[in-house]
Amino acid sequence: MFNNTLAVTRRELAGYFATPVAYVFIVIFLALSGAFAYFIGNFFERGQADLQAFFLFHPWLYLLLVPAISMRLWAEERKQGTIELLLTLPIQLGEAVLGKFLAAWIFTGIALALTFPHWLTVNYLGRPDNGVILASYIGSFLMSGGYLAIGSCLSALTRSQVVAFVVTVTVCFLFTVSGSSVVIGFLGGWVPPALIATIASFSFITHFNQIVRGVIDLRDLAYFAALIVAWLSATILVVDLKKAD
Amino acid sequence: MAEMIVARNLTKQFGPILAVDDISLTVARGEVLGFLGPNGAGKSTTMKMVAGFLRPTAGSASICGFDVQDDPIEAKRRLGYLPEGAPLYADMTPPDFLAFVASTRGFKGADKRRRIEAAIAQTNIEDVLGQPIETLSKGFKRRVGLAQALLHDPEVLILDEPTDGLDPNQKYEVRQLILAMAATKAIVISTHILEEVDAVCSRAIIIAGGRIVADGTPQELAGRSRYLNAVSLTVAADQVARVRAGVETLDSVGGLEAHATSHAVTLIVIPKAGQSILYNLTQLIQAHGWPILGLKADGGHLDDVFRVITTEAAGGSGRHV
Repeated sequence: MFNNTLAVTRRELAGYFATPVAYVFIVIFLALSGAFAYFIGNFFERGQADLQAFFLFHPWLYLLLVPAISMRLWAEERKQGTIELLLTLPIQLGEAVLGKFLAAWIFTGIALALTFPHWLTVNYLGRPDNGVILASYIGSFLMSGGYLAIGSCLSALTRSQVVAFVVTVTVCFLFTVSGSSVVIGFLGGWVPPALIATIASFSFITHFNQIVRGVIDLRDLAYFAALIVAWLSATILVVDLKKAD
Repeated sequence: MAEMIVARNLTKQFGPILAVDDISLTVARGEVLGFLGPNGAGKSTTMKMVAGFLRPTAGSASICGFDVQDDPIEAKRRLGYLPEGAPLYADMTPPDFLAFVASTRGFKGADKRRRIEAAIAQTNIEDVLGQPIETLSKGFKRRVGLAQALLHDPEVLILDEPTDGLDPNQKYEVRQLILAMAATKAIVISTHILEEVDAVCSRAIIIAGGRIVADGTPQELAGRSRYLNAVSLTVAADQVARVRAGVETLDSVGGLEAHATSHAVTLIVIPKAGQSILYNLTQLIQAHGWPILGLKADGGHLDDVFRVITTEAAGGSGRHV
């Protein structure tokens, strides 16, 4: 059972590294994450040995870069017709969806892991709380899974990678900003507070910032897990519905 | 089990278009069924439904007794399928691609290696093993697609245009491959190359407008041709009038067609309702001492039958030929 998922994951992952796309992505991810942290996040000026400045920009970084990974997941299969090959092999649709998602997630995880020099730097400069840093890394990884699951589903809606990218960025943007002070401030005063709280609770930032601050709440982890499961289930439905178009 | 592929009343509607209209067929072990029809007749759609990729609007299909919708994994385990256009993962090399397919088919270790090597040998793709599939010629791509379908030595093969894009030698090889496997498997191939049907198929089905319009052995179908038992006579141009007048005196002649080349004319003598006229004709030739340049008896033309049947069906008449 798990073998099929693994076979799909391995094929997909090998596909990332067969082209320069993977290396370009990793380099840009590393460069941007560093640039955000040091120039916009004022990493040095803060005078604190932690990685908050680095992690706080991750939602925005993912918003742009994760759709670039997820856009090809299903759109490419549909465009090339390989979806017919894949879905007439003796594997469950769920295994294919999970296998492809895992490949994209592992790939993002590799890019994230390669930011370890930041961690080495703060440990050289001071005495950071490595527990919080570890939690932040786990939170960031979970959040990237959330973005990827959304992207997986939206990629199945179209044969065009460009359309998949644009739609995914848009939907991910909504999931990102719904908890931001701008949106909350805009809604404040005319929308019932309970509704605002619900909208804010759908935001990646709300949950991720909790984790980055070192507040590990099971509910934040469960939020991302539930989000991934929900969007992957939706992917199965969409692929089944649209596979022959 | 004799009947390996069973389709019952398969119907597929795409919006307002009825692509496949109530197709039922069975294929037994040892049979090679040729699926013929003009482009857009519903060949590929039918194959996609039988392979379990498309869900039929109505009807059902089963492979080795396993319903492709209710029990898809068991059905697909027994099926080797070459989809229309032979889609492949372009960024992989053939061995990596076959290794992926072998993993999903549950092969491991030495067995997996042996299966991949066998599939590579069967389809003659040894020379391109190091190249990404996207750089291969159309013929090699098609053969990698075939290798993928044959890898697990399935009991049922469904091949959508397996020889499309191959050169005559490669076509011959693939046909030999299909013939070699025919005894132990149930095979369906779609094609619009009619000579292929003669070469490999034990049975042919012609579909047009989503319906089966003819079903029989290639010989039976060719036998429906008005050219069945026709005789071609080639004579020098200056002799045509004399020969034509003589032939027309025979009672059994139903029609005459003349095809002129540079200095000779071929008269096709079509008999009435499939009667044999070869004997009467040769008697006549001897009696008159005509200088005949060539003489050929005809078993019927499949392409003629194909054209007549499919254009009739398109016109709405003769649906159940």
